[in-house]
Amino acid sequence: MSHDEKFKSGDEHLVYMANQIATFFTSQPEAERAAGVADHINKFWEPRMRGRLFEIIEMGGDGLSPLVLEASQTINRPKAA
Amino acid sequence: MCGTQERGTDKRFVEEIDYGTPAVRSDKTVTLTIDGQSVTVPEGTSIMRAAREAGIAVPKLCANDMVKSFGSCRLCLVEIEGKGGTPASCTTPAMDGISVNTQTDRLNTIRRGVMELYMSDHPEDCAACAAGDCEMANMAETVGLKQNRYGDEGANHLEPSPIGEHGVNFKELDVSNPYFAYDPSKCIVCSLCVRACEEQQGTFALTVEGRGFESRITAGMDEPFLQSECVSCGACVQACPTGALQEKSIIEMGMPDRSAVTTCAYCGVGCSFKAEMKGEEVVRMVPYKDGKANRGHSCVKGRFAYGYATHRDRILNPMIREKITDPWREVSWEEVYAHIGSEIGRIQKKYGRGSVGGITSSRCTNEETYLVQKLVRQVFGNNNVDTCARVCHSPTGYGLKTTFGTSAGTQDFDSVEHSDVVLVIGANPTDGHPVFASRLKKRLREGAKLIVLDPRRIDLVRTPHVEASYHLPLKPGTNVAVLTALAHVIVSEGLFDEAFIRERCDWDEFQDWASFVLQPENSPEAVEKMSGVSAELIRGAARLYATGGNGAIYYGLGVTEHSQGSTTVMAIANLAMATGNIGRPGVGVNPLRGQNNVQGSCDMGSFPHEMPGYRHISEDATRAIYESLWGVKLDNEPGLRIPNMLDAAVDGSFKALYVQGEDILQSDPNTHHVAAGLEAMECVIVHDLFLNETANYAHVFLPGSTFLEKDGTFTNAERRINRVRKVMEPKNGYADWEVTQDMARALGQNWNYTHPSEIMAEIAATTPSFAGVTYELLEKEGSVQWPCNEKAPTGTPVMHIDGFVRGKGKFVRTAYVATDEKVGPRFPLLLTTGRILSQYNVGAQTRRTENVVWHDEDLLEIHPFDAENRGIREGDWVKLKSRSGETSLRATITERVAPGVVYTTFHHPATQANVVTTEYSDWATNCPEYKVTAVQVSPSNGPTEWQEDYEEHARQSRRIVHVEAAE
Repeated sequence: MSHDEKFKSGDEHLVYMANQIATFFTSQPEAERAAGVADHINKFWEPRMRGRLFEIIEMGGDGLSPLVLEASQTINRPKAA
Repeated sequence: MCGTQERGTDKRFVEEIDYGTPAVRSDKTVTLTIDGQSVTVPEGTSIMRAAREAGIAVPKLCANDMVKSFGSCRLCLVEIEGKGGTPASCTTPAMDGISVNTQTDRLNTIRRGVMELYMSDHPEDCAACAAGDCEMANMAETVGLKQNRYGDEGANHLEPSPIGEHGVNFKELDVSNPYFAYDPSKCIVCSLCVRACEEQQGTFALTVEGRGFESRITAGMDEPFLQSECVSCGACVQACPTGALQEKSIIEMGMPDRSAVTTCAYCGVGCSFKAEMKGEEVVRMVPYKDGKANRGHSCVKGRFAYGYATHRDRILNPMIREKITDPWREVSWEEVYAHIGSEIGRIQKKYGRGSVGGITSSRCTNEETYLVQKLVRQVFGNNNVDTCARVCHSPTGYGLKTTFGTSAGTQDFDSVEHSDVVLVIGANPTDGHPVFASRLKKRLREGAKLIVLDPRRIDLVRTPHVEASYHLPLKPGTNVAVLTALAHVIVSEGLFDEAFIRERCDWDEFQDWASFVLQPENSPEAVEKMSGVSAELIRGAARLYATGGNGAIYYGLGVTEHSQGSTTVMAIANLAMATGNIGRPGVGVNPLRGQNNVQGSCDMGSFPHEMPGYRHISEDATRAIYESLWGVKLDNEPGLRIPNMLDAAVDGSFKALYVQGEDILQSDPNTHHVAAGLEAMECVIVHDLFLNETANYAHVFLPGSTFLEKDGTFTNAERRINRVRKVMEPKNGYADWEVTQDMARALGQNWNYTHPSEIMAEIAATTPSFAGVTYELLEKEGSVQWPCNEKAPTGTPVMHIDGFVRGKGKFVRTAYVATDEKVGPRFPLLLTTGRILSQYNVGAQTRRTENVVWHDEDLLEIHPFDAENRGIREGDWVKLKSRSGETSLRATITERVAPGVVYTTFHHPATQANVVTTEYSDWATNCPEYKVTAVQVSPSNGPTEWQEDYEEHARQSRRIVHVEAAE
């Protein structure tokens, strides 16, 4: 992109959004944290975004918060298109 | 002027009765006799009103039922049996057992004498009298005035005199306001305009200057209206019983020949207006007294700024182009539909079913919005539908659904009349929601207390006869910290309503929340450090809200448009629940919606994860309802939201977009990113009135219709479903719902709606909260607030009365997380954005009206300290730069913003304020963080290179090749 390189896009932005969700649920009662993240992503993320999230996790999950990684156990894998 | 006349039983006009004095609320009634009829009215009602309720119209000039009586014109005199004198019926209360006569020889003689004096100083050739727009001629006839024995040789207000002997009181016509004229020679100094400005509008711009025969109505300090503090709401014009204050449109076009009630298409207040028409032209828009949102009041936008509807920039024919660098080519409707059909088909075949989507409009009707989401879900076969609420109130949806169980404000606007403490957070009602602001200010003048949480010293903080008890000028981005600190005070000082919480909420969740808010980092002293608001102010505000009686919260986009927007909404809900301020008139949590139908577009299933009525797409039972009706299998996965669509476009998996009545290029954050997304698509279809900024990147343009040209409904911020009525034929040929329907047909679905009422019938049949809504019911009730169903056949003014929609109210921990958008050496200032009274949203409508006289460019507000540091003077061009981009505009120096904060509006495309806003967004909903951007401001010579390039690009992309006229 032509503008400032610090602007987040693509995977970097996706990771950022996932971590933002994790940050909110980190402050919630412990039992609700991972489930909260997974439920939120299942409810609001289009399959393409979830698919990309799993690809990032499979590549090592660089930059993802531990809570997102924990939640990924119960994030729905998108059906093959 | 117009408010006072009644057109009786003329069926071409909407009938409105003027009762002369306002209605009175009282448990006690009194019974009296008027002209032999027995009348029972609430105690405190005037004789004038009691008479009118019995069908007897007492002559009057200085009274109407919108303002308190004044008793100046002396026409409404009556006799009371057994009492001496002839009291004015407007100022004399009805009393038990009295017997009143409104017509006697003595009264008629007095009234004729009064009228004769008035008429001796009224122009004989009064054009307004001749047209029937001046009550003077009416009243003269009503009282039987036949003569003028005084002549017009004495001192008068009528004409300038070269000798100076008479005519010394003459004043020039004031035509400075673009919409109305003030002709002092027709004025009778009844002061209705002064009272309307004070009591209805609350601006106090008008006054009576001089004494006796020299008395004159003046604006401001005897200034022209435009230079005074007048906000051009039109209340004075509406109140004026003579032609002294008159719409210029009436002077130019003459009187209307019919009228119909409809709903304003500007902000989320949703005012009802009478559209007064002459043929196919609007003569004027007059606020409708039975409109339950506005109760007969209006603002400069709804009342006057409708000229865009017929502006020459409107595009009236469909257009196509291959590449966005080509000029537009006008085509027939058949051709455009065939083109859309083949393009969507081609793209879905090549890139998959999920490669296309749509954006619904919060300016269009519920019915139109419903059809766009139906098009996406049924015809496109995916859930890639979103709406501009994404960028304004999506956090309201998430936050209130989580805590209360439904995504809507809890009250009606009448509720504010019962509030004792009003907390305004991140909203600027006098500019953004002016008619609600007038109702709020009225209540504040009656003694209710005000708390304002806003980085700027908005007008409400101190305005005539209104002063906030507390203004918490918090640093942008610290809402959650400050709201949680308020909760800290309420819990630590035991100010919460335990009985309410135990009954209505989950007590364990409350205790968990209470222990969270009591943590030391949430104390006012700790929060003072990051928010810049003193602990004492926080404590004082918390105590007032918790203990001051009925506490109501009103909030705007200053709450939602943050990284923690959804968390802030939940923090607000927590406060209301903790203090028991939910479930009755005068309290509640009330989002002030930006656009006319934001509420409705959300209700209609415009979000990619929800069907109409806020039912998640994964719910099998909900999908089954639509699957059986629509005959297709629906996708059970959420679709892409607007920013996700743009991301997917840049990634190459999203290729076509239908945008109805939105301008995402101008209104969405980070213009460069939006442009990149749109540029990456193969078929962008824009459906709008004008070639807006998004259309610069479009391949297909469908001309849209205005709210005057179609039937339908809008739902305002109170959940009120109001009728929109067609008063003229669509200039482009088709209402927007017809165009969407034809698109669905081109794509192989046989839609057959012949009227929007049939679409509403489908909405009602499939959506429990709308089950009872029909056009017949709306005709009968005027409007209804959802839920409207078997349990609430005429709607629901106040929600959560006996319990929350979700069952128990849910307290949610709201930990403050500082936004990653931080100031630093390169970008040391915080930019926040907003709007002003005369302009609306991206300005597409208001810029095409005379409203530009108040605001013809966006200005950067900067504190004197910051300006001085940078060598910036008033009116200088400055460069505004963030890590996203840069733009230039002129600066204005003001202490309304704190040091370290700058502010601008985004009404003008030349400014492109969103070039500088960033990709940061609300964690839950992706609502952009418009309200916080780290920037640097420096002196500049004029527009940036990007602005000049963009202007050239816009000019190029608006070229149109017109079709040859048919032989």
